[in-house]
Amino acid sequence: MSIDLSQFHQVFFEESFEGLDSMEGGLLDLNPDDFDVETINTIFRAAHSIKGGAGTFGFQIVADFTHVLETLLDEIRAGTRSLEADHIDLILRSVDCLREIMQALQDEDEPDMTTADELKVEFEAILAGESQPKTKESQPERASSKETPPKETQSTQASASESETTADGSDSDETSESTESTGHWEIYFKPDADVLKTGNEPVRMFRELEALGLLTSDAVLCDVPDFSSLEPESCYMAWNLTLEGGTREEVDEVFEWVIDESELSIRWVDETATSSISTDESASTAEDVSEQEDGSESARSEEVSEADVEKALEEVIEECKHIDEEDETVAEADEPVVEDTVVETAVADKTPAAKKAKKSSAPESTSIRVGIDKIDSLINMVGELVITQSMLGQLGEDFDMAKLVRLQEGLAQLEQNTRELQESVMRIRMLPISFTFSRFPRLVRDLSKAMDKKIELVLLGENTELDKTVMEKIGDPMVHLIRNSLDHGIESPEDRLAAGKSETGTITLNAFHQGGNIVIQIIDDGKGLDKDRIHQKAIEKGLVTKDEILSDEQIYELIFKAGFSTADVVSDISGRGVGMDVVRRNIQELNGSVEVVSVPGEGSTFTIRLPLTLAILDGQLVRVGEEIFILPLVSIVESLQVDLKMINNVGGNNEVLRLRDEYVPILKLHEQLNVEPENYDLEKGLLVVVEADNSKVGLFVDDLLAQQQVVIKSLEQNYQKVEGISGATILGDGRVALIVDISGVLRIVNQLKGKKAADDPRAA
Amino acid sequence: MPKILAVDDSASMRQMVTFTLKGAGFDVSEAADGQQALNIAKQGGFDLVLSDVNMPVMDGIQLVRELRTLAEYKFTPILMLTTESASDKKIEGKQAGATGWIVKPFNPDQLLNTIKKVLG
Repeated sequence: MSIDLSQFHQVFFEESFEGLDSMEGGLLDLNPDDFDVETINTIFRAAHSIKGGAGTFGFQIVADFTHVLETLLDEIRAGTRSLEADHIDLILRSVDCLREIMQALQDEDEPDMTTADELKVEFEAILAGESQPKTKESQPERASSKETPPKETQSTQASASESETTADGSDSDETSESTESTGHWEIYFKPDADVLKTGNEPVRMFRELEALGLLTSDAVLCDVPDFSSLEPESCYMAWNLTLEGGTREEVDEVFEWVIDESELSIRWVDETATSSISTDESASTAEDVSEQEDGSESARSEEVSEADVEKALEEVIEECKHIDEEDETVAEADEPVVEDTVVETAVADKTPAAKKAKKSSAPESTSIRVGIDKIDSLINMVGELVITQSMLGQLGEDFDMAKLVRLQEGLAQLEQNTRELQESVMRIRMLPISFTFSRFPRLVRDLSKAMDKKIELVLLGENTELDKTVMEKIGDPMVHLIRNSLDHGIESPEDRLAAGKSETGTITLNAFHQGGNIVIQIIDDGKGLDKDRIHQKAIEKGLVTKDEILSDEQIYELIFKAGFSTADVVSDISGRGVGMDVVRRNIQELNGSVEVVSVPGEGSTFTIRLPLTLAILDGQLVRVGEEIFILPLVSIVESLQVDLKMINNVGGNNEVLRLRDEYVPILKLHEQLNVEPENYDLEKGLLVVVEADNSKVGLFVDDLLAQQQVVIKSLEQNYQKVEGISGATILGDGRVALIVDISGVLRIVNQLKGKKAADDPRAA
Repeated sequence: MPKILAVDDSASMRQMVTFTLKGAGFDVSEAADGQQALNIAKQGGFDLVLSDVNMPVMDGIQLVRELRTLAEYKFTPILMLTTESASDKKIEGKQAGATGWIVKPFNPDQLLNTIKKVLG
């Protein structure tokens, strides 16, 4: 193969995953009793595209599996089979299965086909259920002719036995004769009058035949009408052709597209043996034809005047000349075609190396689809930037103080351009949150079925845009929260009725922008959090002491503590060994937060707040000696000057700050990061109290500087991972500043604690 | 250089077809559905149309019908890209006025050979 198909794989996978998503969406909308045919069409089209692409790009297992699915959909679409709830379930499971297979293929793993094979059996059972012999038979028959796809009509046209010999056996009688013994093909070809209107030119067919061997043609003009009734767009001619060379298959292929509408007989005349061998089919056609020929000729001779015939003949002869000319040019053109293939193979030789080089990086790269409006606005911005730049450039050529105002205006303009450009570029990474939301209808459907609950899912603010990376990472925490709402929040239908609520519970997903953040809410109208039980559990687990008096909010907060789970029996649904603490940690890793509000009997609302993008961070600049570090603004609780009375020394050299009721360990950034500070004395510097993962630490720094948005540059990509540092940025004066990773710092503190003072009760 | 209009709702197929044909020196335009294809075709000048059958908005069969009503495309070769299982679509396509078909899955060489034959 001269073209490396793997270069299209990435696009194929992406569109297939999209197709699977749209199939899933469509299937969830389907109601067996009342559905829109257009929905079925959409699902069918998606399946069909996946099958076509999979076959083309060499994923035959996907194509084979999709085939049964498509067949069922096609029958439903055509109305020959009614849609049942079981079908929807089965197809949904197949969508999951296909997704897994494709994922494995994309990762260049060997896909696990056991589920697919099981599903295939189920499909075949359904398809075999009511008699649908057409689709059942078509499979094996097609499979045999897979190697040479353009064979279809032959098998429908020719008698069964004949088509088998030509399609299957490479040494069928005719084939061997045409190559070994001397003889020729005798072909009678009378195309349909409308043949030209389908874009099929007999000239093309002759050209192809001539490529097979010496071709001589006799035009049969008996059907050409008199000039006045001659329609220039119709074809009235027929041809008797003799062809020395080519196999039956090759000859058939030439006429493949017109065989149904044409009178065609193809006969092998063996010149060594005097008798001519012909297939039953061709012989009978030939007889029909000769009868017709005779009949029409005699009919014509009565009607048509000699002059008319002459005129028509002249025209036809003209055309024949034209055909000859074309034939010659084709024969000449043959050579360059050969050259082409040589060039292609040369290219093919190079491709394996290129392919290898590409492979290492290919699976990593993800792409993003960007609306054209975003690109346009970007181009617009760049245009303005160029104008501003040239304006400033001119100003700089002969600058004097009189032009100061213009310079300032220009710089203000530049600042605005830059900001707008930054926003536009950021917008490119933004996708509507519907990309994440779209997987939840399925989840809710499956879970509510498994739990015998009736639940309606409401999606709001689906067009709210969010950074692609954030989007990818927020999916799992959301799944967990939704499972949680389904499992613990929404009551069973009986309980709901008993509580005077409607039988069907509602889970609402709501997304909106607020300040520089995106807010995602998961709202259920279930029974709300059980305060007493949570409190009880927290005491049992030793998270709080019995005497502590906690506000409602503080109690609700407990569910996010590590080691907390209220489910008495670990359920299949939400008890997967992953607690809410993990949810919170995942969200905090995105510099976000999660909190819960609950009203007993009315339901709970989980609110996730996330930064719009991970590429930019609201940072607090702090100074340690000569160095500047950046703390994420969201994690700062407060900053204070140290009063030595608030400092306690525990376990030797460990200092803790007594902050109201809490003891906060102190971490001296200069020690940790090995820089020379201005002050070693706690009293002379500042403590910045930061919080992550529900614990606090006081960072000792020399000074607080400005707050500003910083663009995050990855350390891992440019250098290597450093514990306690999440990245770096470049400041306005060109210096590089490191961004402190609060969670990482806390881990360091805990390690130190573990080493030095494991038995300190107050710092816990 | 012959101009070809490639119509398919699948981006990967479009890419593959375009890449193959452009590599062989053809001038290729793309459309993602029948309606888009019709609009592009009306701008004129295509020597061959290569179209998928199953597409949203306007399918390939309807596209052929519409193209055949335009004087410019009355005799232009229009090839359908069909799958093996959809032989009824071939008949439907022929009746609508399609020239022929290329059966999916096909490889770039098959595509190129067929196109070269049709365009001569």
